[in-house]
Amino acid sequence: MADSPNQGIPEPEGTADIIDTEYDIGQDNIEGHLGPFGFDIHNPVFMISGLTIVAFVFYALAFKENADALFNGVDPAAVAGCEAGAFCDIGLRVWLTSVFDWFFMSAANIFVLFCLFLIVSPWGSVRLGGADASPDYGYAGWFAMLFAAGMGIGLMFFGVLEPVYHMAVSQPLGVPSPIAEDGTIIAANVDAARQMGLAATIYHWGLHPWAIYAIVALALALFTFNKGLPLTIRSAFYPIFGERIWGWTGHVIDTVAVFATLFGLATSLGFGAQQANAGLSHVFGIPTSTTVQVILITGITAVALISVLRGLDGGVKLLSEINMVIAGLLLFFVLFAAGAASILSEFVTGIVGYVREILPLSNPVGREDTAYMHGWTTFYWAWWISWSPFVGMFIARVSRGRTVREFITCVLIIPSIVCVLWMAVFGGAAIEQVLADPVGSPVTAEVIAGYNPPMSLFAMLEGLPLASITSVIAIVLVIVFFVTSSDSGSLVIDTITAGGKVDAPVPQRVFWCTFEGAVAIVLLLGGGLGALQAMVISTGLPFTIVLLLMCWAIMKGLIAEKG
Amino acid sequence: MFKKIMVPVDLARIEQLAKALDCAADMAVHYGADICYVGVTGATPGPLGRNPGEYTERLKAFAGEQAAARGVNASHHTEIANDPTTEVDDALIRAVGAVGADLVVMGTHDPRFSDFLWPANGIRLAGHSTASVFLVRED
Repeated sequence: MADSPNQGIPEPEGTADIIDTEYDIGQDNIEGHLGPFGFDIHNPVFMISGLTIVAFVFYALAFKENADALFNGVDPAAVAGCEAGAFCDIGLRVWLTSVFDWFFMSAANIFVLFCLFLIVSPWGSVRLGGADASPDYGYAGWFAMLFAAGMGIGLMFFGVLEPVYHMAVSQPLGVPSPIAEDGTIIAANVDAARQMGLAATIYHWGLHPWAIYAIVALALALFTFNKGLPLTIRSAFYPIFGERIWGWTGHVIDTVAVFATLFGLATSLGFGAQQANAGLSHVFGIPTSTTVQVILITGITAVALISVLRGLDGGVKLLSEINMVIAGLLLFFVLFAAGAASILSEFVTGIVGYVREILPLSNPVGREDTAYMHGWTTFYWAWWISWSPFVGMFIARVSRGRTVREFITCVLIIPSIVCVLWMAVFGGAAIEQVLADPVGSPVTAEVIAGYNPPMSLFAMLEGLPLASITSVIAIVLVIVFFVTSSDSGSLVIDTITAGGKVDAPVPQRVFWCTFEGAVAIVLLLGGGLGALQAMVISTGLPFTIVLLLMCWAIMKGLIAEKG
Repeated sequence: MFKKIMVPVDLARIEQLAKALDCAADMAVHYGADICYVGVTGATPGPLGRNPGEYTERLKAFAGEQAAARGVNASHHTEIANDPTTEVDDALIRAVGAVGADLVVMGTHDPRFSDFLWPANGIRLAGHSTASVFLVRED
């Protein structure tokens, strides 16, 4: 007889509003062996995703000019009948982020307001995983993982570039540059431009992007841990499509998510290898070549493979934590090397400026600073949104046991504050250098005179002591941030293509991790990175609609949860 | 010699564990030991339960069936792994301590090429557990 109660989980997970569906998780999966390697894949999401990705790689390489013209536009001077500013000139990505600027910006505002509403609403007390669930991860590990997957790599490239660029070049909200054409400082413009440089940057890395991630993550966590649906993107649409999500409606949703995630990761990896190569060239004089870049991609993929083989706790979490420690050390070094007092003053300036300017910067109508709004803001919104299935699903997976209030606070508010600090330290130090030497500063050369994102960080470090050491640390950080994106992305794709099962055989995650590296190498060698990255960002438009629907689904789910 | 025998079970592949289950039951009768059936699950919904509570209900039912059919004292224990694909052995090592087992009887497949790349479940358990570990080849 069974003589004792369960000894492992002290309690069931408490009350939760499980959705009564006819669908059995894994019922559409195909299990078997290919030689010695087992597989457990969702039919047809795995096959369609894989074949579509191969087809688009083929398209981007075989019809390279055509693909580039479609997504990135052509030079109007070289093509008869193509006027400057027309679709043929700007391409699909810029066309979407320009024509639908109001839509992207309004939607992002809605996401922030919705998240803030959830924090103060009575539904904030709903616990993900049921009333008695306890968190799977402590704050440090949880925060490290969501940060490393979410935007760590971007902070490395834009932490210096954006504040300086917005202060001196892009003129958000028409705030004039403090640097005249002859390189002299216009003293009257300095304070306002400096504050706007930080505020306009923080706007892109603060509440709005994290709200985008929070919406997707909350929807998936709620419908997985509380409603009992599989951990896959389609589950968030159950309130809208009902049982139809188990058919082709759901297959399409999941396939598009896999598609955007894999190409997003692969193109970032390709460009990232080029950027890391530029850093290595700057620090060690290593030549800039595709051979070096292929070696870098192979190395990053190999480490990511080890990470996914070691699993979520032994690999992904560990690497994320190591990354956060190194990033923290670099942050503190720059903080003290550049002068803690002035940098902390930049932090306050940045926050005050952000609070003061967030409404004008969020306003989608009647703007005259379209270079900033279209060139940066709507581009970023489309970018964050196209990444949201990946980052959101990863955050969801590691967030069981948190209340909605705690979840939103930790995914929205705390990362925003960290981003403000990061931008204030790296951007503030760079701004100091530019204002101190507006003509000869290395940052001026890489950001204002030239536009060289991968070099901007190294240029700033050059102006501080121990540059040769900190530059090496920065390169290591860049590479490890890519690894943490690659391994968490592979886990996400593996889970979606396994129909939401998280215990699919190991070879599957090996396949996706390797496939991602292979796609990056093929696109790097064949020259299709730009077109496919623009295509991924273009998926931001349909995903914006998806996210708006998710807000409604979340509300419906939470209302049911409270009974 | 043994007081508590831990038997890790994969509820989705019970038919492949027949030999290990028989072996554990025979040893329990022989030594007058209790059996604890241990399952490892993720926190996310899966085919065997839409949350860890549902999974545990299934495991409990399984333990009850085994106890009735084999005439042994049986309990059950669930371990949650954040990443069940790669963390089964770690979860089982935790379970050994949690249930107080002095012997683990576990089904495992024949050696094969893929074991060089990612070792079969049980290898790490045998290397790190304080309990005796008996790996039984599946049919």
